Amino acid sequence: MIEAQGTPESPQVEAEGLRETLEEMVRGWVARLRVGDWGALPIFVGLIALALLFGSLDSNFYTAQNFVNLLLQMAGVTSIAIGVVFVLLIGEIDLSVGFVSGVGAVVMTLLLRPGEQDWPWWAAVGTALIICAVIGLLHGLIITKARVPSFVVTLAGYLTWSGVVLILTTEASSSGTIRIQDDVVLRISNDYLAAWAGWLFLALVVGGYVVLELLKVRSRRASGLGHRPITVTLIQAAAMAIVGALGVYYANTNRGVPYVVVIVSVFLIFWTFVASRTRFGRHVYAVGGNPEAARRAGINVDRIRIAVFMISSFMACVGGIILASRLRSVDPGTGGGQLLLNAIAAAVIGGTSLFGGFGRVASAVLGAAVVVMVANGMDLLNLASGWKFVITGGVLLAAVLLDAFAKRARAASGVA
Amino acid sequence: MSTAPVTEKAAAETQKRRPAADGTPILDCRNVSKRFGAVQALYKVDFDVAAGEVMALVGDNGAGKSTLIKGIAGIYTFDEGEIHFEGKRVRIDNPRDSAALGIEVVYQDLALADNLDVVANMFLGRERLNGVVLNEASMEQESRKTLDSLSVTTLQSLRQAVAGLSGGQRQAVAVAKAVMWNSKVVILDEPTAALGVAQTRQVLDLVRRLADHGLGVVIITHNLHDAFEVADRITVLRLGQRVDVYEKETSTQQEIVHAITAGSLEHVPGMVAEGEL
Repeated sequence: MIEAQGTPESPQVEAEGLRETLEEMVRGWVARLRVGDWGALPIFVGLIALALLFGSLDSNFYTAQNFVNLLLQMAGVTSIAIGVVFVLLIGEIDLSVGFVSGVGAVVMTLLLRPGEQDWPWWAAVGTALIICAVIGLLHGLIITKARVPSFVVTLAGYLTWSGVVLILTTEASSSGTIRIQDDVVLRISNDYLAAWAGWLFLALVVGGYVVLELLKVRSRRASGLGHRPITVTLIQAAAMAIVGALGVYYANTNRGVPYVVVIVSVFLIFWTFVASRTRFGRHVYAVGGNPEAARRAGINVDRIRIAVFMISSFMACVGGIILASRLRSVDPGTGGGQLLLNAIAAAVIGGTSLFGGFGRVASAVLGAAVVVMVANGMDLLNLASGWKFVITGGVLLAAVLLDAFAKRARAASGVA
Repeated sequence: MSTAPVTEKAAAETQKRRPAADGTPILDCRNVSKRFGAVQALYKVDFDVAAGEVMALVGDNGAGKSTLIKGIAGIYTFDEGEIHFEGKRVRIDNPRDSAALGIEVVYQDLALADNLDVVANMFLGRERLNGVVLNEASMEQESRKTLDSLSVTTLQSLRQAVAGLSGGQRQAVAVAKAVMWNSKVVILDEPTAALGVAQTRQVLDLVRRLADHGLGVVIITHNLHDAFEVADRITVLRLGQRVDVYEKETSTQQEIVHAITAGSLEHVPGMVAEGEL
């Protein structure tokens, strides 16, 4: 009699739960939208609107050539934005990512110079990544131990690391421009998968997703818990497969799927796993949501903060290397310009809250797609630089306003 | 009522968890004092709670309720006095000591991360892992079990963010979080302060059930009605000293009000120096 009282283990209740879940999922989704947890919805709408707009204004926008260009242009910004997402999740900001990416790229390039250091590519890349992680460690230590706002510390970092880029490049060459001559590093952003490899890559991603979701369902079912219907997983996988297949097919009619897509995807999957499936990720969200609660729960909040700034600088370095590979050289301006703002804009536009605690790693990709699409579209239209700045600023402002409204909706529902 | 079977279950668990020797205090503070500079926040206070009982701690603002609780929780250390736990003298120097003994405090601000779901909050800082991966299924199961054992039936899904819960539901989550860790004493700081009538009812029922599960429960409250409704005994503090402990059955609300506002004290602050001269 006791067991019959609504315990989820009873088979009858589970069967009912199963039948309801599809409807419940839709209802839960609507409920989340109402409390301001909009997730990726605004961004999909924005992406489609932008694609339609630019496509109607310029006939080159939809070409396979431009599609592959978009992928190449996105890769660097996406990598940096992944790190920024983590920083935003704990409610902090990192203004140094642009020039830290520059430091990483310059260090790698200097170590690769033939006739000088002439290191193998893996040693140069590895050293650059380690140096950037140490830069992040430094930022994190100052922010947590001296209790200085991250805004100020990373602003100081912004100036300092821009200076370091300038010093290193002008010391090494009078013009300040240093060419990358290592073949492996150059291929990162300038080579493409064979057609069959592109298809294999897509199959691995979609197949891996389905297997992981089915394993999750199996473990929840074994524990007698409700789970979302398998049909939903299959619909999602089918959507992924169709969109992915169109992408791979279209890219293959031109140069093929760029290697960077694979590299960025690996980082994306890895950091998504870290954020959503590990204890560290859970603590990152907790620190962003309520640092006091996290502290009382015994979480070492300072250590989480430091680790997050290290992730940010590390991913900035990855982005810097990808960008340097694409340009085939570094110069005193590497890591400067719009890069920092584009990376932060990508994270925010992708749906990561500036106020901490809300967002996903995947938002870096979606946001980068918007930022890059706007830049690419305006380039095709040959707009004056002034207009490009104005429009990019407008897109960022729209995203921040959306975040502020979402926060207000969350606050309102929290009070209710 | 739908609560009937659960109460049976609760009763069964009570038998399991309640220590054999009843009535002896599980937590016993003797003669504890705490001074902040010139302010004597607590002066030789005795305070105890037994397993399976609800002890209300009442007093006006500045009576020393929070200081006493924070001393037990290890946020402050007492200047003098002894703490005995389950009959043994113990030292509580920091919050970890008190948690290790099985004392959990539910503070007024609840300390929940609004952006995380119910399960994540209940296991915050003590997540269960499967290798390096969070074992969500096991945590959800355990959370559900704990909430069911407390007859918290108002939560539809344990996967909704805490931000979307009502005040009473949040309180229930915070309490369930506190009792999940084999705690023996649960201290609740003003659990009904911000709640409406129906939700206050739910929380008081929950407090009663905790005691029925064999835990020692301390509830700090301003509301004498709540104290009389749920407590077995009532400790009154005034100006940092204990006025007395009252059995609910044999006292009236007027008596307690009188004790809070004008209860006689052994030691009147500010008068000592002159008296002893």
